[in-house]
Amino acid sequence: MSTTVVITGLGATSPLGGDIASTWEGMLAGRSGVRKLQQPWAEELPTRIAGEAAVDPTEVLDRVEARKLDRSAQLAMVAALEAWADAGYGLGEDNPVDRDRLGVTAATGIGGLQTLVGQWDVMKEKGLRRVSPFTIPMLMANAPAANIGLKVGARAGIHTPVSACASSNEAIALAVDMIRLGRADVVLAGGAEGVIHPFPIVSFAQMQALSRRNDEPERASRPWDVDRDGFVLAEGAAMLVLETLEHAKARGAKIYGTVAGAGITADSHDLVQPDPDGYGQSQAMIKGLREAGLSPRDIVHVNAHGTSTPQGDVTEAGSIRTALGDATDDVIVTSTKSMTGHLLGGAGALETVASVLALRDRLVPPTINLENEEPGLGIDIAKEPRKLRDGDLAAVNNSFGFGGHNVAVVVTNENVTD
Amino acid sequence: MASTEEIRTQLAEIVNDLAGVAVEDVQLDKSFVDDLGVDSLSMVEIIYECEDKFGVEIPDEDAKNLKTVGDAVAYIERASN
Repeated sequence: MSTTVVITGLGATSPLGGDIASTWEGMLAGRSGVRKLQQPWAEELPTRIAGEAAVDPTEVLDRVEARKLDRSAQLAMVAALEAWADAGYGLGEDNPVDRDRLGVTAATGIGGLQTLVGQWDVMKEKGLRRVSPFTIPMLMANAPAANIGLKVGARAGIHTPVSACASSNEAIALAVDMIRLGRADVVLAGGAEGVIHPFPIVSFAQMQALSRRNDEPERASRPWDVDRDGFVLAEGAAMLVLETLEHAKARGAKIYGTVAGAGITADSHDLVQPDPDGYGQSQAMIKGLREAGLSPRDIVHVNAHGTSTPQGDVTEAGSIRTALGDATDDVIVTSTKSMTGHLLGGAGALETVASVLALRDRLVPPTINLENEEPGLGIDIAKEPRKLRDGDLAAVNNSFGFGGHNVAVVVTNENVTD
Repeated sequence: MASTEEIRTQLAEIVNDLAGVAVEDVQLDKSFVDDLGVDSLSMVEIIYECEDKFGVEIPDEDAKNLKTVGDAVAYIERASN
């Protein structure tokens, strides 16, 4: 019998709000966090909309601490501090966790890009001597994890899975592995992205990956709608405190639910297009269920990757049906990216948080902007908040990334405390 | 020409801005690292900022010998003569 891993703390900062409460409230209200970019540099871009963090992390963090962190790490730190406090843990002398049994898995899809391009500009414009000595520790992809690790004093290992838009789901899967392998009792897990900058926007736009619905930002992210035209770039972070059930019970912690398992596969089909058969995607869900010891009938909800791209949304619908079979008819599917936009390396963690809260509140947040549903999907998509049944509940959160990465995290309401 | 006290005051503002040390703690006898808790990379930033603010050049080989606030102030005084 493998170790039970429960969720005892949640933290987030997103286009919908600067914390869990405001983000979740925004999701249930069906609010869009996508806005027209006001920066002068946005004017010439093919895509001039994005989901910027509702609360600037520099307004929340200590000024000197913030200036040594790239935007991605700032966002990660905000979410980590909220999750850590939410779990009932303090910092320094108020942190009771055995440091040798405490780990961090904090992902990013891209890393400290704003620092990299920003300091390159400094070098060109002001000269070699003006390049910040903090450039490397700020741009390295493991900086969010390392800074969070320093903050909480983690010594059981600090990891940064990098698998594009699947990164932070992979971070959660890795955290579960660390705990089940006996390498840690408590892991702060999740991810962040902070790359709203003209260079990545242009780069994604060159791939024809981004929505260009510039005149209607709030309607731009529209998973499964026939008029969808690409994803909407967003920034933010989410972190979860995971620990053994034994550890949580011993200290009388509040428990949100259980991470019952995860499935990880690779398409091995194309670098950026999903395998249209959805084999890798469905296998990720199937393996996740197997690891969780659950059957398709146990699943009541899927938080889909659902990025609002023409091919991706259709492929995923088919993959869900392949994985869950006829049980799909009783599963309520949603894409919270319709409201938040796509947080890339932060998406998996934010959507795992949404899945956990959906089970806790027995309420699935809606997929907004779904006006004309793509025909023949064969999945039941929530167009407004939808009630979940009483009793035991389980949900799957899908994240897929460029590179052919597929990660399905399975959460349940087992062990939840009132 | 700036006085020792003027240089110390301006340096204190730089150290406060870049490393978050209270202005009043930045006194001549204090070691940047041991007394004020300035980390090595922030120290590099402080040196560069001094070059800008005081219009002096502080080569890396000299910068590593500036252990105390007094060392830095004296160096800047000499270099701006």
